[in-house]
Amino acid sequence: MAGIEVSALHKRYPDGTVAVDHVDLSIRDGELFVMLGPSGCGKTTTLRAIAGLERQTTGNIRIGDTLVDDLPPADRDIAMVFQFYALYPHLRTRDNLAFPLRAEGLPKAEVRKRVDEAAGLMRLGPLLDRRPHRLSGGEQQRVALARALVRRPRAFLMDEPLTNLDAELRADMRTEIKHLQGELGTTMVYVTHDQVEAMSLGHRIAILNKGRVEQIGTPLEVYDRPASLFCAAFIGSPPMNLIEVEVADGKLRSQGGLALTPPPGLPRDRRLVAGVRPEALEVTEPGAERSVPARVVSAEWLGDEIIYVVDHDGQRDVRVRMPPTVRFTADAPVGLRHTGGPPPVYDVSTEELVA
Amino acid sequence: MALSVDEAVSTGPAGDHTPPSRRFGGRGRAVLEVALLTVLAVVMLFPVLWMIETSIKENRDVYAIPAKFFDFKVTMEHFKDVFVASGGGRSTLSASFLNSVLVAGVSTALATVLGVPAAWAYSRFAVKAKKDQLFFILSTRFMPPVVVVIPIFLMYRQVGLIDTKLGLILIYTAFNVPFTIWMMKGFVDEVPAEYEDAAMLDGYTRLQAFRRFTLPLLLPGIAATAVFALIFSWNEFVFAIFLTSSDDVRTAPPAIAGLIGGTTVDWGLVAAASVVFALPVLVFAYLVRKHLVAGVTLGAVRR
Repeated sequence: MAGIEVSALHKRYPDGTVAVDHVDLSIRDGELFVMLGPSGCGKTTTLRAIAGLERQTTGNIRIGDTLVDDLPPADRDIAMVFQFYALYPHLRTRDNLAFPLRAEGLPKAEVRKRVDEAAGLMRLGPLLDRRPHRLSGGEQQRVALARALVRRPRAFLMDEPLTNLDAELRADMRTEIKHLQGELGTTMVYVTHDQVEAMSLGHRIAILNKGRVEQIGTPLEVYDRPASLFCAAFIGSPPMNLIEVEVADGKLRSQGGLALTPPPGLPRDRRLVAGVRPEALEVTEPGAERSVPARVVSAEWLGDEIIYVVDHDGQRDVRVRMPPTVRFTADAPVGLRHTGGPPPVYDVSTEELVA
Repeated sequence: MALSVDEAVSTGPAGDHTPPSRRFGGRGRAVLEVALLTVLAVVMLFPVLWMIETSIKENRDVYAIPAKFFDFKVTMEHFKDVFVASGGGRSTLSASFLNSVLVAGVSTALATVLGVPAAWAYSRFAVKAKKDQLFFILSTRFMPPVVVVIPIFLMYRQVGLIDTKLGLILIYTAFNVPFTIWMMKGFVDEVPAEYEDAAMLDGYTRLQAFRRFTLPLLLPGIAATAVFALIFSWNEFVFAIFLTSSDDVRTAPPAIAGLIGGTTVDWGLVAAASVVFALPVLVFAYLVRKHLVAGVTLGAVRR
C-alpha cells in the first residue's frame, strides 16, 4: 500500500491538444480519492498517467517512495478497473482472474488460493466457469474488480467503472466498492463525472476543469464552500444559485434587495457573486418578514421535496428547495428569503472564492 | 451477383407480414417485386449461364445456328485444354493461372501485413495530423487506376520492373494497402482499447498486448479485408495488360483476353478458362459472405 504523489503533471498530445495542463495531487495511503469533472477535463488522462498507460509530457509521479515516471505499467504494482471491464473475452472467469497472477509467474497453488479468495470476496463462485459474454454487466464488473483484487496491488485505479451499469445496480456497486476499499484499506483513485458517486464514495474529492485542479477537499467542504465559480456550478443538484450581490453598510444584498448573511472579510469595490444553495432559501407568503417579492416560474414535484424556480427583481430562475408540504402554484406572487448561514462569495472577474 | 439476387428474392415473402387491411396491396407489390427481380436475375445471369454452357459444348455446337440451348453434347475437352498444352505438358494458360495465384496471394499478404498494424496505430495513437494522413492515404484511391498507368509504365521501365511478377505484386500492394488501412481501422475501432491497457497492466508490452488480445478479435475483419484485396488483385486487368507481355509473367485476365483476336477464336477454350478463373473468387466470397456484409456495413455494429 502506498500514497500517490502527482506533481506538476502536464500532458500534451502530438496533435497539440493539452489534456492535462497542470495537476498536483497528494493522495494519502489508504485513501479513497475521487477525481471529478466534466468530460475532457483531464481526469482520465491523469489516471492513465498514474497507471503508466500514458507518458506525461512533464511532471513527476511517485507511488509510495518510488518515482515511477519511467516504469512500464506492469512494474508500478497497481491494478486498474475500466469502464468497459476489459475482461479477456476468450477466457473463463477463473482464468481471467488468474491471468495477471500467471503473468507474474506465481506458483499454481498460490494462484488458486488467491483466485478463490477474490472470488469469495466478490461472491463469484457460480460464475467461475463462464466466459464474459455469458455474464451480465454487473457480473462482469464484479469480475473486473476481483481481477484487480487478486494482484494485491499497492493502489487501485478506477476509470468510471460504474458508468455502463443501470441506476439501481450502480448504487449497489457503489456501496460494494466503498465497503471493499474500507475492508482492504488499499489506496484507491476513482475517476468519475458523476457527482453523486464522487460525494458518496470519496474521502476526498478533486474537482478538475480544463486540465487543472479547481478544488481538493472532503465531500462536505466541496459542497459547502466550492473554491471557484466552476465548482459552485458543478456540485449539487440543482446547483448553487449564483446571485450578484453588493456590500452596503456591512450588509450583503442582491440587486433585488434580498438580504444574505454576510461572511466576514468581504472585499469592497469588486463585483461579487454569492453562491446560495437551494436549501438556504425559502419561499414564503408574499410580504413575509425579511422577504423580497418574487414570482413562481415553475415547480418540480419530486415527492420528498419540491424545487421551486422563482424570479425576483433582477434575478431570474432562482432555485429553492422546499419540503413537499409547502405548496405554491405557478405564477403565484410569493416572498423569497435567505435562511442559511453566510454563503461563499466569489469575485466575478477572477471566478475565485473571496469570502 | 448470385448472392444479391438470392437475398433480394427473399424479401418477397416478407411482404406477407403487412397488416391485413393492406394485404392485397402488399401481396400485389410482392408479386411485382419478385417478377422484376426474376427478369433482372435472368438478364444478369444469362451471360454466366452461356459461359458455362459454352465451356462444355463441342466446338460444332458452339458455332451452331440457331444456337443450341439444351441438345448439345457435353465435353470436358475445353477444360483439359485450359491446363494441358496441345502437344502435352502444361499449357501457357495454366502458367497464367499460377501467376495469378502468386501475384494476388503475395500482394494480398503484403497489404495485410503492412495495413493491419498501420490501421491499429491510426486507431490507437494520437498521431500528428492524423486526419490529414488518413485523407492522403484514401486519396490515392480517388482516381481510376488507369489514369496512372502510363507514368507507372515509364517508371517501371526505368527501374526494370516491366514484365516482372514483382512489379505487379508491388503495384497491387500499393493499391490494396490504403484500402486495408481504412477498412481495418474501422474494425480496430470496434475493439475496445481497454483490452490492451489491461494486458499492459498485467505485464505485457504494447506489441504483445496487440498480438495476444486485439489481433485474435480482429481475425474476422482481416479475413474480410483480405478477400476484398484478393478479389481486386485477382480481377485486375489494366495494369496486368500494360505492364506484362511475356507468357511466363502474365496473369490470367490478360491471358484470357489474349485468346480472343486471332483468325479463329476458340470460344470453348475462352469460356472454360473464364469459368476456371471465376470459381476461386466465387468460392471465397461465399465462404466469407457474412464478413463481407459486416465490412460493408462498417460502423453500424454496436459496441
